[in-house]
Amino acid sequence: MTEIRPEFDFSESSNFIEEGMLDSFDIVSLVASLDEEFGISIDGTEILPENFSSVDGIIQLLIKNGVAE
Amino acid sequence: MRKINLIEYFENTVSSFPDKLALVDNTSQLSFGELKLKAQLIATKISETTEAINSPVAIYLPKTNDAIASFLGTLYSGNCYTPLDPKNPVPRIQAILNASKPSCIITNNAFLPNLEKCNLDIDIINLDKLNPGEDIDESYKYKNCIDTDPAYILHTSGSTGVPKGVVISHLSIIDYINWVAETFDITEKEKIGNQTPFIFDMSTLDIYLMIFKGATLYIIPEQKFIFPATLLDYINENKINFIFWVPAVLVNIANLRLLDTNKIPTVKKVLFGGEVMPPKHLGYWIKSLEKNIVYGNMYGPTEITGTCVYHIVDDSFDENESLPIGIPCRNTDVLVLNEKDELCKVGEKGELCVRGSSLALGYWNNFEKTNNVFVQNPLNKSVPERIYRTGDIVFLNEKGEYIYIGRKDFQIKLSGYRIDLGEIEHYILSVFDTINAGVFFDRAKEQIVLIYESEEEIPVKDFRLKLSEVLSKHMIPTRYVKMDVLPKSTTGKIDRALLNKQINNI
Repeated sequence: MTEIRPEFDFSESSNFIEEGMLDSFDIVSLVASLDEEFGISIDGTEILPENFSSVDGIIQLLIKNGVAE
Repeated sequence: MRKINLIEYFENTVSSFPDKLALVDNTSQLSFGELKLKAQLIATKISETTEAINSPVAIYLPKTNDAIASFLGTLYSGNCYTPLDPKNPVPRIQAILNASKPSCIITNNAFLPNLEKCNLDIDIINLDKLNPGEDIDESYKYKNCIDTDPAYILHTSGSTGVPKGVVISHLSIIDYINWVAETFDITEKEKIGNQTPFIFDMSTLDIYLMIFKGATLYIIPEQKFIFPATLLDYINENKINFIFWVPAVLVNIANLRLLDTNKIPTVKKVLFGGEVMPPKHLGYWIKSLEKNIVYGNMYGPTEITGTCVYHIVDDSFDENESLPIGIPCRNTDVLVLNEKDELCKVGEKGELCVRGSSLALGYWNNFEKTNNVFVQNPLNKSVPERIYRTGDIVFLNEKGEYIYIGRKDFQIKLSGYRIDLGEIEHYILSVFDTINAGVFFDRAKEQIVLIYESEEEIPVKDFRLKLSEVLSKHMIPTRYVKMDVLPKSTTGKIDRALLNKQINNI
């Protein structure tokens, strides 16, 4: 994420979307890099606000997709 | 009698459907009657603030019902509105206000502090302080306007750093909307799901089909477009049946194959424009939705009021061929001119030029730029006749359809945003005044690339942080490439052609 938007401190935020840190371009790039990095395929129906609002939400989503903790 | 003002169309609709739902946004909804009341209240306030007619009123508000009411209020007062992008950094807002010199600015509590930072001597109307009980001034100066008077001014990216204000008349919008309504059979039954920001001319179609025909306009919350599954839910919940979106949104839904699981049976008309629609992704939509859906590819720059050439997808659609931009709209004529200003033959590439009542009046406060692109029709040697030179390169195929090729200058399109690379460069060089740099576009990856000459590497974070203070987010480069020395031509200028080739591997 810091590669996509290096100007923000994501660990400090609990809601990226509400705070305007990520938009639709960013989510598309983020999903693509998560898929590539972890060899998974995040389903379109899982791209939801609750899964992308915080670092924790993204970790939970990765676990759900079979990425080990 | 023929209607000559947008407000006459609006009044007509209000009297036909006073209690019907006109507008729905994130927090509120308005019937046509309520919208009229609000617009008249705003018009009263404008007329108290300024004596002017046919003068710009800036609207600095998020995408809400209030913004539309302010557009209508401005038109009631006999003035033209110019929407400002609430996402723009303050310096860009300031540049637009300085260039357009509006007679007043309509805003709310949330955006007021930004205007105070601009330190301008312009009257401000704060909608949060509007008193709903106030008497309405019924003089309605719009009655003094004629149909060639300006209705709105939209700002597009300019090569020298100052956005250009495209001035559109009532007549152009009336002509356009009547054509759209007839071609796509629009009535009060339409439920329009609006995606495009009001600073885009694509939104003209959404807004004025509501105003002309009594359709309901749903201003879809922006967050739905970040999470497309929730967007499809929104469509179903509100039974949206008409959309006119930028291809980027349709492409995203297709890439995620969301229509496999999330059906949208209410949608009957799918229009798109603002950038090239990739046929493979359109193919996915066609295969996923029902059979009787209308798909319209709408082509046209802001300077000709929305759409000048269109293509309705038919049985000849082939996923492996680029989608035609199609044929001219009614009362619009298109000329494709070669470098000698002669009419191109079938298959010959040239610049697409437009003539007709859709043409903008020009660029506000900028005769020089106006005269560069709104020029005498070179084929007409007998009387003055303006054409608009779009800068788009096209050709006519054997079937009589226009096919889009690309640009003849440094303008690009990203998600419908029209961006002049020169404007980005202008701001970068003004913020980072010790480097030499050029801005390029990687077409394959759809990324803006900054190539700079510097002894030391500048961290990407520094670039992005500083640029976000002066540039809109979509204009900030994605990639940053440092070179010890930039290639130069014999005159000492950056060799753009060479760098462009390297980036695009040509």
